Amino acid sequence: MSVSFTALKNDEKAVFSLRELYSRYGYVRHKVSKFEEYDLYARNKSFLISENILTFTDTDGRLMALKPDVTLSIIKNIGNDDTQTHKLYYNENVYRTSAGADGFREIMQTGLECVGRIDLCAVCEVITLAKKSLELISENSILDISHMGFVAGLMENIGIEGIDADSLLDFIEHKNLSAIKAFCAERAISEADARAICDITALYAPMGEALEAVRDIVRGKKMKAAYDELCGIYGVLSACGNADGIYVDFSTVNDMNYYNGVTFKGFVRGIPDGILSGGSYDSLMKKMGKRAGAIGFAVYLDMLERLDFESEKYDVDTLLLYESGSDMAQVARAAESLRGEGRTVRCELCAPNGIRYRQLLKFSEGGVSVLETND
Amino acid sequence: MSLKQMINIALPKGRLGEKAYRVFEAAGYECPSIREENRKLIFENEEKGIRYFWVKPSDVVIYVERGAADIGIAGKDIILEYSPDIYELADLGMGKCRMAVACKRDFCDNRDKTLRVATKFPNIAKKYYNSQSREIDIIKLNGSIELAPILGLSDVIVDIVETGKTLYENDLEPRETIVDISARLVANKVSYKFKNAEITAMCERISEQIKKN
Repeated sequence: MSVSFTALKNDEKAVFSLRELYSRYGYVRHKVSKFEEYDLYARNKSFLISENILTFTDTDGRLMALKPDVTLSIIKNIGNDDTQTHKLYYNENVYRTSAGADGFREIMQTGLECVGRIDLCAVCEVITLAKKSLELISENSILDISHMGFVAGLMENIGIEGIDADSLLDFIEHKNLSAIKAFCAERAISEADARAICDITALYAPMGEALEAVRDIVRGKKMKAAYDELCGIYGVLSACGNADGIYVDFSTVNDMNYYNGVTFKGFVRGIPDGILSGGSYDSLMKKMGKRAGAIGFAVYLDMLERLDFESEKYDVDTLLLYESGSDMAQVARAAESLRGEGRTVRCELCAPNGIRYRQLLKFSEGGVSVLETND
Repeated sequence: MSLKQMINIALPKGRLGEKAYRVFEAAGYECPSIREENRKLIFENEEKGIRYFWVKPSDVVIYVERGAADIGIAGKDIILEYSPDIYELADLGMGKCRMAVACKRDFCDNRDKTLRVATKFPNIAKKYYNSQSREIDIIKLNGSIELAPILGLSDVIVDIVETGKTLYENDLEPRETIVDISARLVANKVSYKFKNAEITAMCERISEQIKKN
């Protein structure tokens, strides 16, 4: 069976091309069941994008949930030992509320997980795949990269912790420099430290340039380790010609309880929100009692419908009108021959209300005549 | 220049927006047509690559968060109330006031009772009293908040106080300051990435202009 790509919507196109991309890198499709015990999510609520979960009671009385997330279901069963690496991708519907939407929605999500022994090669592979995923979706895309250890290391080094750390992270996330300055002034944080926090917050630059710019800010073991890891990643990516379009933005902060190493977020022009999000989540693995490391990402395909501007101009290329007394075999043949030219053709006795067509044709015994052309 | 290439700026209708526009104008982002008296909603200066539009002050953050505007001017009160996922790039230092708790002059707070709070800002009020572990009953109003304690609808109000004149004239007084408020330059997170050079330059020029004033 061959499927014409033009008939597909953006999200459907994305599903097929992403699947092909991930298989080319040796990732295998992983299917998980629609339902999961609620308990799994209750224990890891803040890992989820929205904390609302659709639940029901199963026939045996267990409280079940319609999956709001796939990652937890996948790592639940793997990653007990760090000698084996699993490379998986999925394409599943998840159920959750989203900002602004009234109630629960079914959302199609594609993602990829690499679980096991995670080294520089695996990290770079996942980042490359994240970037290629964005490129498949739009020619105008950006992948932002950050490292949890970088910001956390700086804060530890300065001695900011607890509630203070939470509020500072919130300011960093909103690039709110005036609040950061006031925060530092209130706590008598030295000018050099305050400037360091402001500099990494305001920083937004291509990866190579950004790493150069923050070199002198790096202090303490944790921050140094994070910096070295980012430099290592950049080295590999640029050697393969994959570093273009990757920007460093340390204001992208994920939950520190789950994510620990490198994190990233993807954007395409025309969608006012991130459509890809991921990172290494060894901390979550540890929380779930797993020894292995893990890195992965998810692509939120529901947002891609906003990119469908062109294809929706017409419902059909050709609307072919016939009369009730016409020779139906000839009508069908005329329509088939038009379809053979690559057009979409709809046959009707009279034009349905509100239908948008490129061309209106009329079938009569003498042949097909053009009544109207819209293009 | 295509529609998407321009920088879209949402200004809050009213005095604050007009003042903010003057700063943009002085910083080199003028748009003469905005001063013409007409019913147009959108004003653009193609040469400078900017497009302004006036929206209800509380809607600015919605336009920005959803990407219909790349940049906006919003009061800190609105940002705190709606907690939008946007960048807060600069404090414009204008439209200064404070969010405060006010009540009748003779009101005596009894911690034994649930406090009835009338406000236009339920989230700010809830957060403030939560931090004090105080049980409250929120009464969400849309205007004339000062009436509530006078008519016995609420014990206190949480509202914006500029000079306090309206309060004093109505036998009310501000008791506690919750947070200081001023106008902020905000940006959509994705626009900030795709139009980074333009937005960063604009932010710098606006900040310089603010320092001058």
